[in-house]
Formats: sequence, structure tokens, C-alpha cells
Amino acid sequence: MRLKTLTAALAVALAATGLAACGSGGGSDPKAITYWASNQGPSLQRDKEILTPELAEFTKQTGIAVKLEVIDWTHLLDRITTATTSGDGPDVVNIGNTWSASLQATGAFVDFDGPTLDKIGGQSKFLATSLRSTGAEGKTPTSVPLYGLSYGLFYNKKKFAAAGITTPPTNWTDFVADAKKLTNPAANTYGLSLAGGSYTESAHFAFIFGKQHGGNFFDKSGTPTFATPQNVAGVKQYLDLLGVDQVSIPSSAEHDTTQDATADFTSGKAAMMMGQSNTTAYIAANGMAESDYGIAPLPIEAPLPPGGERVNSHVAGINIAAFKDKNTDAALKFINFMTSKAEQVKLNQAYGSLPVTAEAAADPAFQVPTIKTFLDVLANTSAPMPMVTNESQFETTVGSALKDLVAQIVGGKPVTEGDVQAALSAAQQKLGGS
Amino acid sequence: MASPVSSPARPGGPPPAPTEPPVEGGRRRWSVQGGALPYLLLAPALVFELLVHVIPMITGVVISFLKLNQFYLRHWLDAPFAGLANYQLSLDFHSEIGVDLLRSVAITIAYSVVVVSFSWLFGIFGATLLQRSMRGRSALRTIFLIPYALPVFTSVIVWKFMLNQDNGLVNHVLAQLHLGSGKHFWLLGDSAFFSMALVGVWRLWPFALLTLMAGMQSIPTDLYEAAEVDGANRWQQFRKLTVPMLRPVNQVLVLVLFLWTFNDFNVPYTLFAGSTPASADLISVHIKQSSFITWNFGLGSAMSVLLLLFLLVVTVGYLAVTSRRTRDA
Repeated sequence: MRLKTLTAALAVALAATGLAACGSGGGSDPKAITYWASNQGPSLQRDKEILTPELAEFTKQTGIAVKLEVIDWTHLLDRITTATTSGDGPDVVNIGNTWSASLQATGAFVDFDGPTLDKIGGQSKFLATSLRSTGAEGKTPTSVPLYGLSYGLFYNKKKFAAAGITTPPTNWTDFVADAKKLTNPAANTYGLSLAGGSYTESAHFAFIFGKQHGGNFFDKSGTPTFATPQNVAGVKQYLDLLGVDQVSIPSSAEHDTTQDATADFTSGKAAMMMGQSNTTAYIAANGMAESDYGIAPLPIEAPLPPGGERVNSHVAGINIAAFKDKNTDAALKFINFMTSKAEQVKLNQAYGSLPVTAEAAADPAFQVPTIKTFLDVLANTSAPMPMVTNESQFETTVGSALKDLVAQIVGGKPVTEGDVQAALSAAQQKLGGS
Repeated sequence: MASPVSSPARPGGPPPAPTEPPVEGGRRRWSVQGGALPYLLLAPALVFELLVHVIPMITGVVISFLKLNQFYLRHWLDAPFAGLANYQLSLDFHSEIGVDLLRSVAITIAYSVVVVSFSWLFGIFGATLLQRSMRGRSALRTIFLIPYALPVFTSVIVWKFMLNQDNGLVNHVLAQLHLGSGKHFWLLGDSAFFSMALVGVWRLWPFALLTLMAGMQSIPTDLYEAAEVDGANRWQQFRKLTVPMLRPVNQVLVLVLFLWTFNDFNVPYTLFAGSTPASADLISVHIKQSSFITWNFGLGSAMSVLLLLFLLVVTVGYLAVTSRRTRDA
């Protein structure tokens, strides 16, 4: 008798465990969704503070509750991949827009075909530039833009004035010359700080400076071409800031987030930094007044090397996507809400990012010179990262290779063009396994 | 209520008759027929062992024979059969993937040897010191066990701050003591290996201490007294008495320390924020990176299976050798 009771209890316990495991994904309740937001603000906590009132507003309007989780960039791609495999993911997720083609290939996200796009306001709602990074060419996008970003050069006005520099540099030669003027290792002050330990930042600069030298990391058929002389020259130009020119603070090699480089900039250790538009929010969080720094486009090689392109940013930004087989109706309502004019104005102001819809971009809040600089870069001198299925692998392999070369430099071993060529070749070989 | 204890037998008298199962409230107590109780008690552990270890392991072996990339992530059972391709790629030592795997195994072996050796040495040293009754022994025991009691992420993050080049405590102290420039990068290049090993030893040696202390408690004190009467000094007592008596404990301790260290993921992953330098590329991190960098989970699984086989061979070999020595002793 008791044996039967025990067996039954065990069965119930196991069933409960199984049910709990199955139930954790959510999605069955039409009045609730789970949202994985990327870390856009100075901290995960700040992101929660910014998003929570907006999500409450969405719930008030639609009656749909939103369970929020903010995920830092180091783990976001892993989490999305795991959610794709297990089917136990959120309803709505933010993705780096450069990953859109890679994630599109998984088939995990809802397709934004004509009728689906219409549910969130139609294609014409979004800026054409931002739509360039939503998936592979000729395929139905599986994400839409949420926040726009582009790179710029942040400079400390007081330090520039003290060094007798009247205008921010526009070409690479002037940039390095100015950075040298601002560098004094004895006083522990440097011209520049980089997030040299961040694979994503490193990959972005490899792409941007490679473009300026006429390089491409993939050919038209999507085949990787990492170790071309043009890409090697672009990467070497970036690495020389730490190696040959020695204008970047050496601890840049350990900075694995933009926030680390920002801390050098706001503390006065570094006079310049290359960052995306949302760096303004990090700077504000560190207490530096807006009047103390200026923003200019990143310098471009002059004259451009043969085949070089006037590119000083990639089409950076964050996209938003809905997982398939979840609460799609509620998810689309939420995406429509997040890309509405009111939310675009509020959220992009809070994060220091750029609006992705025409209506929001026309708002007076974005008609100030600093934001206009970033908008101009995004519209005129930015290029989308390769929209190929291997894009995220390109970022991890090339970015990691650059990080290792940066470590080699600060370890006292100079990096030659041969080293760069070998590192890019090895990175490409690693793609061979995919 | 009936007493469960039967009355003691008289010395030299007949053994007491087997007592009836105790009766409570007029009902017989429940008993499991046919010796099913042990199996019943083991059943939950067995079920969870299957769910947590065995099934994922079998799944991993199956995946290692599939070409599971981003195109099949969502329906991974539909991924095409890859045969031995993933194994060939992992073991092709002319390709970057194979060379990297081999390098990672070598680094992991070196890390395991360093961490296990130093953890054991510190453990036996500490246990010997604490074996003697002295003032403050309990306080010292507690202090020594702190690294093991702390959550791994918290303690490793503190080490990360301390080893930071720009404003870390380690460089600051070294500069104050005029030992080096105080600008060394402890978390980059070849230094990353030593930093990781230092943190690994710091984390694990308290476990060795705890186990060896427990082992030493089981050695009868008369043996030491007899040795002292025979004129053995402390070193001789340690070498001829303590170490041989601890052999069964050491056999398990070294194996457990080795397996934990060889599979260590938390220390490198936390210390290097997921972007591990080449010198600290332990196999567990390497497999994770290989899977997620190329999104080729078949390749990652093949590497995991190879790791499993390697550890099986090492463990069986180790147990065979040490058991023979224990029998011969």
C-alpha cells in the first residue's frame, strides 16, 4: 500500500518537474509576453529604470503584461542561440543589427513580410538607412530597426584648447598628430582610449578601416576574404594607435566594454575616444558636462588609398525581433509600440541613440548639432556590415584575433603586417568549420 | 507504546529471540518486501542522473555525428548526418581548428598539473600544521576554508579587479615594494595562464586541506606515540606514517581535484569575461567558444566526446595504477 503511495508521489514529483521545465518558456498566455532587452544604458539597472515605465504604459494601453529581462552584450548572442535550439525563448528580443543575417538563417524569428510589416506600421515607417541592416539581400527580413547608432569621435574641449588644437581632426594624419600632442605617458594622460579587449568593437574597426583601404571581408558570393592586403592595412592602422604611434592608453588592451574607455575619457586620462552615439549616455552617467566635450565624425584617410571608400561607421544599431511559435500577436503589438513616435523619441533620448523612424527623426529633440553629426554619418558615410549568414562568426573570429594582437602589443612584442595577415588567415580558417 | 529495545541478554545465557516488528497503535509498521527499499531509495537519484547526465551525454554523442549549424538550430534533429567529419576536423592537426584543440589540451594538462600539485602541497602542509592542538586552530581552519566557501563568481571577479593593470591591487602593491614597474598586464598574454593558475589554486587548496584534515583524523594517535617511542622525528613520522596512511584519501582526492581542474570553466570564463587569451584557453572554454564562434554545434560536440574519452582513459589508468600500489603497500 505504502509502496504504491510512494511510487505515486514520485511520479507526481517527476511530472511536476517536467511541467515546470516545459512551462518556463511562457507564451501560452495571450495577455503576457517576455522581452529580452539588450544593454543600451550605462548599466543593466539603468536599462530597467528606463524601460519599466514604458512597459507599464504598453500594459495600460493593451492589457498585455511584459516580463522584462535586460541581457548584457557578452551573453546576448549565446542566449539567443540557446533559446533557438531549445524553443524556450522570449516572445520579443533585441538583437545587434549586424547579426540579423546570421540569425535570419536560423529561421527562429517571425518573417516581416508585407502583411506582418503592415501590422507594425508598414515599411515606410522606418528610415531607409536603418532598414539596410535587417537581413540578407533578397530575403524577407526577420527583424526591424529599434535604435539607430553610428560612430563618432568624442574629444575633450579643454584638453584640445590646452594643446592648441582648434578644430577636431578630419583625416587620419591629423588625428594621429593631435593624439601625439595630447599624449604624455609620464603624466598618465593619452590622446585616446579604446575598448581594445572588446571583440565587437575590434571587429567594427577592422571593417571600417578596412573599407577606407578598399577592403571587404566577404566577396559578393559571401565567401570570406579576411586576409586581403587592404584589410591587413586597415587593421594595422587601428593597431598602430597602440603600437607604433603609442597614443592610446595601454590599459585599453584590457577594456572589454565601451564603458571602460568612457571612464578614461571622463576622468581626463584620455582626450579622445571613438564611440557610438549612445556613448553620450555613458558620459552623462560619469558626470561629465555636455559642454566639456565635442563630437565629430571619425577621421577618414586622405587621400583615400586606391579603391578606398569614405566610410567612418558601420550602419550600427539594434533591431527588434519576435520568436516564432510564441505569442506573435502580442509581440507584434509590442514591436509596433516600441517603434511608435512617442517611444522612439523617449527611448532614443534616454539612451543617446538615434531614431529609426522618419516621424521620430523629425522631432525637435533630435535637431541638435551633436545628434545631427551622428545622423549625418549614419545617412552618408556609413556602410552596413556584411549581410551574410557568417556575419556573427566574422565578428567573433576577427574581433578575437584583433584582441590577441592588441595584447601582444602591450606585452612588448610589436605587431607586423605579417602578424596581422597570419591572424586574419587563422580567423578565416576557423570559419571553415561552420 | 511498545519499547523498540529488547531486554539485554544475560551473560552466558541464550541469545535473545528475534523481536517482532514493533507495533504502533495496534498496526504493523510498513516494510518493503523483497529488498525493494534500496532500489526505491535510489530511484530518484537514478532518474535525475539520467535526466541531468546520461541523456544529455547521449544527445551530445548523437549531435557529434550531425552537421548542426545555424540553419538547423531550430529543428536540430533534421540536421544532416555528418558521419565522422566533425571528428576528422577536430583531429586534423594541419588545420587551425585541430592545432587550436591540441594546444588547448596541452594548456589544460599544464593547468591541471600546476593547480592539483600546489593545491595538494598547500593542503597537506596546512593539514599537518593544524593537526596539532594549538591556540587559534579553529580560527585558522575557518580562515583557510573561506576561498572554498565563497561563491566562485564573486571571488573570481574580485581577483579580476585585483589583477587589473591600470588600478589593480597587485600592481599597486608590487610598485610600492619596488618589484617591477607596477604596469604589468596580468590578464593578458602568457601572464594570463599564471593568473588563472593562481586563482585556481586559491580556490581549490581549501578542499585539499579539508579532505586531508579529515583523513588525518582517522589515523590512530597510538601509531604516532609508538613512532615517537621508537625515536622517529616529525619528518620521519610524516613520511613513513602520515603519507602512507593517507594513500586511500589521496587516491580519491587527487582524482577529484584533477577532474574538477581539467573541466574548470568558471575561473577562466569569469576572469577573462568570456574572451580568454590564448595562453589560458582551457578545453571547456575552447569547446564552448568553438561551438558558439562557428555555430557548429556538431564540431563542439565532437570535441566534447573526445574530451570525455580522454578523461575516461586517464581516470581508468590512474585508478588501475593507484589501486595496484595500494594493494601492494
